[in-house]
Amino acid sequence: MAEAAIELIGINKSFGPVHANRDINLEVARGTIHGIVGENGAGKSTLMSILYGFYQADSGEIKVNGKPASIKTSNDAIAAGIGMVHQHFMLVDNFTVLENVILGAESNALLNSSIAKARSELVRLEREYGLRVNPDALIEELPVGLQQRVEILKALYRGAEILILDEPTGVLTPAEADHLFRILKQLKEQGKTVVLITHKLREIMGITDTVSVMRQGTMVATRETAKTTVEELAELMVGRRVLLRVDKGEAKPGAVKLSVKNLVVKDSRGVTMVDDVSFDVRAGEIVGIAGVAGNGQSELLEAISGIRNAVSGSAMLDGKPIDLTGAADPGELRERGLAHVPEDRHHVGLVLAFEENENSILGYHDDPRYLKGPLLNIDAIVADARDKIEKYDIRPSNPRLKTANFSGGNQQKIVLAREIEQDPGVLIVGQPTRGVDVGAIEFIHKRLIAMRDAGKAVLLVSVELDEIRSLSDRILVMFAGRIVGERGPEAGEGELGLLMAGVEQKEAAE
Amino acid sequence: MSVPYAKLPAWADYGLIPLINLAVAFIVAGLVVLLVGENPFRAAVILVEGAFGRGQGIAFTLFYATTFIFSGLSVAVAFHCGLFNIGGEGQGYIAGLGIAIACLSLDSVLPWYLLFPIAIAAAALFGALWALIPAWLQAKRGSHIVITTIMFNFIAASIMVYMLVDVIKPVGAMAPQTRNFLEGAQLPKLNWLIELFGFAKIRSAPFNISFILALVMAWLVWLLIWRTKLGYEMRTYGFSPKAARYAGISETRIILVTMMISGALSGMMALNPTMGDQHNVALDFVSGAGFVGIAVALMGRSHPVGIVLASILFGMLYQGGAELSFEMPNISRDMIVIIQGLVILFAGALEHMFRPAIQALFASLSPKSVGMAQAGKGA
Repeated sequence: MAEAAIELIGINKSFGPVHANRDINLEVARGTIHGIVGENGAGKSTLMSILYGFYQADSGEIKVNGKPASIKTSNDAIAAGIGMVHQHFMLVDNFTVLENVILGAESNALLNSSIAKARSELVRLEREYGLRVNPDALIEELPVGLQQRVEILKALYRGAEILILDEPTGVLTPAEADHLFRILKQLKEQGKTVVLITHKLREIMGITDTVSVMRQGTMVATRETAKTTVEELAELMVGRRVLLRVDKGEAKPGAVKLSVKNLVVKDSRGVTMVDDVSFDVRAGEIVGIAGVAGNGQSELLEAISGIRNAVSGSAMLDGKPIDLTGAADPGELRERGLAHVPEDRHHVGLVLAFEENENSILGYHDDPRYLKGPLLNIDAIVADARDKIEKYDIRPSNPRLKTANFSGGNQQKIVLAREIEQDPGVLIVGQPTRGVDVGAIEFIHKRLIAMRDAGKAVLLVSVELDEIRSLSDRILVMFAGRIVGERGPEAGEGELGLLMAGVEQKEAAE
Repeated sequence: MSVPYAKLPAWADYGLIPLINLAVAFIVAGLVVLLVGENPFRAAVILVEGAFGRGQGIAFTLFYATTFIFSGLSVAVAFHCGLFNIGGEGQGYIAGLGIAIACLSLDSVLPWYLLFPIAIAAAALFGALWALIPAWLQAKRGSHIVITTIMFNFIAASIMVYMLVDVIKPVGAMAPQTRNFLEGAQLPKLNWLIELFGFAKIRSAPFNISFILALVMAWLVWLLIWRTKLGYEMRTYGFSPKAARYAGISETRIILVTMMISGALSGMMALNPTMGDQHNVALDFVSGAGFVGIAVALMGRSHPVGIVLASILFGMLYQGGAELSFEMPNISRDMIVIIQGLVILFAGALEHMFRPAIQALFASLSPKSVGMAQAGKGA
């Protein structure tokens, strides 16, 4: 093995009672791609934040290139040659690529000299790594894949020898992800070191040289990628055997429950996000909508659930019309048997500052079961919440705990329990497993299939292609606001990926 | 990922931190007193003795506190719905008009116990309607409620000047105020309540029955916010308008209803100085109590219990401050305002300044118990 670029020795970090990192030892060899996998809350991000100077470790030692390094701020990290590409880009949208690259690294008060220097530097980086971006383009006009490239350029411009990428493929199409991996391989060939944080095991298998697995704040294993399997990694992550394939029987589609015709939805800026979309969802089937984030799926869900007014189009729920262009209100639709698990559980599906039991009635707080005249029947609400907690194995099992203190997976279970237990005829679900740990994903998938088997209509929107493929009975692909194709669940990833990228748009429309 | 932090036990959150903030405010105020060449310890003694030393002082402290409880509750109700009602001053002032109408027309006919409920309703109605306009503008037109409620304070002030000078003032009278209310519109004093505790006879303090009304309202606000469906909807909207939309809560309705309740509470604060003390409605009778309500609500963490306690503190500053400027000529009335300002600064605006340090202290003292402590119901 080559000399270690990064060495972490006995790192400990606690936040109050939470031991986020416990005696972590990690060695990343120079010139390799090192993957770090783990469930949400396993401590991956904390560890990388310590390495990048956002947090200080309580104890432990960091060595960079064999020399002890004291990293107190991100500037120290940059000086030590460490660069980070964040999951959510840290770019100024209305600046050009060039301006973003020099931001914070300007050499003096006047920009001219910095810009000239950066321009020649970008040309050099392009030549060496094939990182082609127009330096004068505005960030907001670039597709997501290129924005990410700018983040990488920023790190390289600052002289990064070690590059940390946090969940880099979450926002990319399969093709863009492939391109990113080619770039990472090129960086490796040039002697750079890459640390890749992800929860997608197939990416780990495809690109890394070494992989470390974290679970509950500890580093449970480090393997050579070539000598391990997806199954072994999943088991290490969760601590038990996990079913990666979803078991489900044949769908028995019945009558049409939800029907949408020629729906057009604009976002708050007036841009058409959903463009003339029509589809049906039948009882007893799961219809999946695949697509790269930002192609109108969010607006489609919001319109169908009554949160956002559509511009035009019609819809039927159980054979009766619903007016999505105005009158339809989320409360009314809920009463008519349309339940909605929203994409953004933090701001829409839950009120994080509420107690768990208060969230277990959100949207159903008009139900007489929960009321005593004008007063809330708190005993009944808490008892009901306790019921759901037991049924859905929500932890900690305390309905009076603040919702923010639950993990992502358990928060999602709170939402699911609330919506499913109302026994709706139609369930629309957005990103059901985003930020949810592997164990909970399995549970959530089983619940959705149980809904289908109980004869409910389920509309599923997800940017996780694997999820769509394993759950859906029919797959609709959305690109630029339109449905560009319908495929069966047996459709290959490559075929769907091309549709998602809009490549086959012409053929699909014909 | 989210950063977990040590959660403080309720007594530290609601007791220790406000006390530390208050102590720092008084230390800085003490330095100011030192600067003008007076002894800060003696000043503190005079302030506290002036407010609580004699029955007379206590009565005045509670009299001031009564008004602040109403205005503090008003701010808190709006705040739970994510609305910042800066217009309590104007809503209370306009409510004086409702009180004037009720009292001037009925004070010769009805006894106080019949007129009081009518006056309460009139004050609440006028305050609510005055708050309804900015609320409607916010809900339907998106005009920011902070701006409009501030503007409406000025409009209210101008309307009241016009009404008092040109419409309501008795013919031939010099002062811009209504005629004095008759006995039917004079609220009974509660000074005997303080005398019960063994204090000497209180000769003339305006502490009156509206204090009881304030306490009842504090309880009702608690009930509203944490025990009713409406309060649930208000808090949902206050924490997350998107979640409220998702839950089918009408944005327009919740803003209008909340602001009317807030305005009604502000309106009720006008009862205390008019029917309880001056027995007329005079120019500028609110005299800033609406703004003190903002500080009271901030310091009381928008919880009725906290608001009552913070109101008594501000009542103490008003009453003790008056005594202080009387006893120490170097300390002018403005100096008292500085001290009040410091309390608002440390207890309100800088409320969270010492929180991280205290959380760190708690986390290091008992890493297991802290953070596992449950969030108490409500506030």
